[in-house]
Amino acid sequence: MKKELFEIISNDIAAENIFKMELSGDTSAITAPGQFINIELQGYFLRRPFSVCDWEDYKLTIYYKVVGKGTAEMSCMKPCESLDVLIGLGNGYNLAASGDRPLLIGGGAGIPPLFGLAKRLIEERKQPEVILGFNTYMEMFLVEEFQNLGIKTTITTADGSHGTKGFVTDAMADKNYSYIYTCGPEAMLKAVYEKSISSGEFSFEERMGCGFGACMGCTCRTKYGNKRICKDGPVLRKEEIIW
Amino acid sequence: MVDTSVELNGIKFQNPVIPASGTFGYGYEFAHWYDINCLGAICIKGTTKEPRFGNDCPRIAEGPSGILNAVGLENPGIHKVLDEELPKLRHIYHQPIIANISGFSKDEYVYCCAKADESPLVDIIEVNISCPNVHNGGMSFGTSPESAGEITKAVKTIVHNKPVYIKLSPNAMDIAAIAKSCEEAGADGISLINTFLAMRIDIKKKKPILANVTGGLSGPAVFPIALRMVWQVYEAVRIPIIGIGGISTADDVIEMMLAGATAVQVGAANLKNPYACKKIIEDLPSAMERYGIKSLKSIIGGGH
Repeated sequence: MKKELFEIISNDIAAENIFKMELSGDTSAITAPGQFINIELQGYFLRRPFSVCDWEDYKLTIYYKVVGKGTAEMSCMKPCESLDVLIGLGNGYNLAASGDRPLLIGGGAGIPPLFGLAKRLIEERKQPEVILGFNTYMEMFLVEEFQNLGIKTTITTADGSHGTKGFVTDAMADKNYSYIYTCGPEAMLKAVYEKSISSGEFSFEERMGCGFGACMGCTCRTKYGNKRICKDGPVLRKEEIIW
Repeated sequence: MVDTSVELNGIKFQNPVIPASGTFGYGYEFAHWYDINCLGAICIKGTTKEPRFGNDCPRIAEGPSGILNAVGLENPGIHKVLDEELPKLRHIYHQPIIANISGFSKDEYVYCCAKADESPLVDIIEVNISCPNVHNGGMSFGTSPESAGEITKAVKTIVHNKPVYIKLSPNAMDIAAIAKSCEEAGADGISLINTFLAMRIDIKKKKPILANVTGGLSGPAVFPIALRMVWQVYEAVRIPIIGIGGISTADDVIEMMLAGATAVQVGAANLKNPYACKKIIEDLPSAMERYGIKSLKSIIGGGH
């Protein structure tokens, strides 16, 4: 965990209500895909948390959905503006657990951290496959980037405007996988949990105060005791989850 | 050289800046960010007799210039706090420790305070009769002079070794009367204020954001009200005051001390910036020079 100043490189619309922001700054505090950053926005008391999509030594990428006033103002920020960022937050995904053929399942705004994960799994010579779920064609993003990694990418849309009509779980049945990594709305996580035949890791979302474990504002119950989503999560192992 | 030290009940603090209960965990986790030995003292997360999960999530909402929390006293229980958490803190930290004690009955307060009094790791006991996020306890003891005095008296009967501070709620008709009642019942000091009862509604869902419906508001939004209450309590009692409520800068510390605080606690600011207390402490000497203050001790209540 570190507190760093980042500079905006680009901040562009990627799909309906979804923006892609590239930032330059020290990313050395990131230790695993699935971790998040907490950005201070002028005029707002609480920081806004975003999962890291991808990162290099002095560059990181996030995708964010405009859900309220804070993210709406963020979408108007311009290159060269600075952001105060807490970076390297949360546990992230455990690559070592993947087995040879991990299945990555993402829904909507939960998709970004799976991209950085997929890249690193490939570096480890694993063969990940990915299912991406969207509400509709207009909200699709990151699809080409996954395909460019050379991994099998299955798309589902709830309205059938692209790919398989239905939810990510409708595309799981014929998959052969060693492990599951997933991130998305809680209802999707639960459906994936019930349908999955392997062990896996599930990334959760909760309203947070600090983002680094101080305020106990995001505690959930697990089979192994109370966990703070921001510090002990956001990734929980399948075996510990209590719905 | 300016002198930032202050003294509470014979205990010397190198400076008046204390992270407030519930915003700093058990302290040791902030050692990741900086050397916590620069702090005046640490006030640990509120502790009850038995372990508590607290309220369901969402526990956090935002206000203009502040945060609402409805954590609901999540803690592992007094025994685990004294036997496991405090030794971890004491291992890396050598300044005073304030134990914040909560409860749902007079007996529970008495039990926990007795345990804290026996512990060699606790320097000051802060009795929280002001948590707005639990039902049938917490704040309900702190909103009338009679019940606040009764808890104070009960605790003071069994605590023999440590100063007892009573942490007051701003959600009361006459905070000065409550502070006076605590003083008469034997309190060694007063901490004020805890959070304001508050709420937010999610307009899209048309439902309260917090699972508990209401939560406690803290942050810069409450600073002027906290200041006014510290001012009033200073005029009503002779025991020392720890001023709490929206303090975010060295100037805020000085202002709160001029109102009558001997030391201050910094809460919400820690959640936005983990370095908040460190920054305030580093900024204090230059702020003092700017205002011609040689010793912080000399300005306590100086605004009156």
